[in-house]
Amino acid sequence: MEKRVTFKGWLLPMLLLLPQVFITAAFFFYPAGQAIYQSLFIPDPFGLSMQYVGLGNFEYLAKDPYYRASFVTTAVFSGLVTVVSMGMALYLAVLADRLIKGSGTYRTLLIWPYAVAPAVAGVLWLFMFNTRVGVISWYLGLLGYDWNHVLNETEAMGLVVVASSWGRVSYNFLFFLAGLQAIPRSVIEAAAIDGARFWTRFRTIVFPLLSPTTFFLLVVNIVYAFFETFGVIHTITSGGPQQATTILVYKVYKDGFVGQDLGSSAAQSVVLLLVVGLLTVIQFKYIERRVHY
Amino acid sequence: MATLTLNQIRKTFGKTEVIHGVDIDVRDGEFIVIVGPSGCGKSTLLRMVAGLETVTSGEILIDDRRVNEEEPMDRDIAMVFQNYALYPHMTVFDNMAYGLKIAKTPKSEIEDRVATAAKMLQLEPYLARKPRELSGGQRQRVAMGRAIVRKPSLFLFDEPLSNLDAKLRVQMRLEIKDLQKQLGITSLYVTHDQVEAMTLADRMIVMNGGVADQIGAPLEVYENPATEFVAGFIGSPATNFLPARLFSPRDARIKTIGIRPEHATLTTAGSGRLPAKIVFTEALGAETLLHLRLDTGESFTIRQDGTAPVPTEGTACGIDWPDSRELDFDEAGKRL
Ligand SMILES: Nc1ncnc2c1ncn2[C@@H]1O[C@H](COP(=O)(O)OP(=O)(O)OP(=O)(O)O)[C@@H](O)[C@H]1O
Ligand SMILES: [Mg+2]
Repeated sequence: MEKRVTFKGWLLPMLLLLPQVFITAAFFFYPAGQAIYQSLFIPDPFGLSMQYVGLGNFEYLAKDPYYRASFVTTAVFSGLVTVVSMGMALYLAVLADRLIKGSGTYRTLLIWPYAVAPAVAGVLWLFMFNTRVGVISWYLGLLGYDWNHVLNETEAMGLVVVASSWGRVSYNFLFFLAGLQAIPRSVIEAAAIDGARFWTRFRTIVFPLLSPTTFFLLVVNIVYAFFETFGVIHTITSGGPQQATTILVYKVYKDGFVGQDLGSSAAQSVVLLLVVGLLTVIQFKYIERRVHY
Repeated sequence: MATLTLNQIRKTFGKTEVIHGVDIDVRDGEFIVIVGPSGCGKSTLLRMVAGLETVTSGEILIDDRRVNEEEPMDRDIAMVFQNYALYPHMTVFDNMAYGLKIAKTPKSEIEDRVATAAKMLQLEPYLARKPRELSGGQRQRVAMGRAIVRKPSLFLFDEPLSNLDAKLRVQMRLEIKDLQKQLGITSLYVTHDQVEAMTLADRMIVMNGGVADQIGAPLEVYENPATEFVAGFIGSPATNFLPARLFSPRDARIKTIGIRPEHATLTTAGSGRLPAKIVFTEALGAETLLHLRLDTGESFTIRQDGTAPVPTEGTACGIDWPDSRELDFDEAGKRL
């Protein structure tokens, strides 16, 4: 039976809901409305007047090669962050799941990175890979590798991917571990008796049974890579070199706040809003169905 | 088909030893039932044979081959779990075919074997279903099917019927016995239900606190229990135990005697070996259980035929039994 708290009347529940409604309205609906509204106008260079252009901003975006390049960058970046952070987390979770003793300690230690704010994580990784004083770039130098993410686009992308994935591994690890531990031990044992060795068991039993968790994390991580990695990118590469790490969110910021092209920036926000909406719909549609079984 | 030998098997979890040196010799094709109360180490023993638990000391031999260090998949065994442990994301067909696919059995043979097993177990209409769409009894059959399609040399069952209702349990019990006879596969079957043990076993092993108290054919164990524990555990209603000081014992070593309810008879007050009073009667139709209290305070149960007259509760009476039916135990509970 579901346990429910019930209120008499409607005044108290309304009162309790009010803060959330207010916050959602002030920090989500209002700015979203503003963005949609602004995306239909072009302000003059001095910000004194606005000219209605209909879908002009969107048409312009569709033709803008830089914007399209940013889409590709975002896809590559999100794909890599998702694969790296989930792959790493799954690997660690499988190892931790096999431990009976001490898994609590590992779990606690592995959760810590999640508590580090993205911008701080960015700075941390920036220091380690700093082209002049970074520890890791120094070691790479000793090995004869000349690390320079300020100039090299691939290295820049690699660095922001690693920095963004790092904190995420913790989060994913927790979900994967919980997912693994929810698989009945006897099912795994039955598979072992049926002749399946570790890797076969993983492929045919564990991974399919983990698919609801995996799918959930997939969506959550893509959303994370799209939106919450701003701090990492801002501190490490500022979207550079050239446009190499300018993901969509960062371009919104760059065009709007740095370039002062508010119309285009607003239009880009609206596009992002649609992307997120789409991801959420997919998530609900499939998670409700619990994937696979 | 295979023989199974356990040599002085011990198991320790941390510092506690839960299996204290068990020896068993299972013959080819034999149906062995391990029976004992909860927590006595039955599952642990079975899991060691399966390779799911390491053996602390001693030796496990399947067909005279030492398997202590072998992984479960190398032992050529099949196991039916208490909760069935079906693969929830696979259909009934795939559940049964899983082991064969891994063994790279040709597709046509897989289909043949699964079809044969499904027919035997009346699972044909359900082959395309997922386990969650089956009843408990059907799931149990799928678990059996998964075990038999592989034609292993050894079957292991860990309380496979304990999640079923009473009627289904009786029916499945017969089916398992029948199936094992047809296939002739050596089987080790764990249960805490002594009726199940008596009906299924060629020989049964009565376990008590990590020790095999007695190994023998069901009737032999019933007639000749080796310890006080076995006498109390096998047979229903349970054996009556009386302290030997109530009589003048034939032997000074006797500390307790046991009399099965079906071997004692009711006598008129003043006759018989011990005076008692009838406290409560249970007429069950085919038989009647008389619950008595001895004048010295002990309780005692007598089982008599359903056709015999039922005495009124509260009347004084006597108890008697033939000497040959008396089970004498020493201080340590060993049969004398
Ligand atoms: N992994 C483990 N770690 C520590 N102790 C264990 C472990 N597994 C079992 N035990 C202990 O070993 C003893 C035997 O357990 P086992 O599961 O074999 O009992 P059982 O006879 O199968 O009982 P049941 O009829 O309730 O299934 C128990 O006292 C149990 O607490
Ligand atoms: Mg058990």
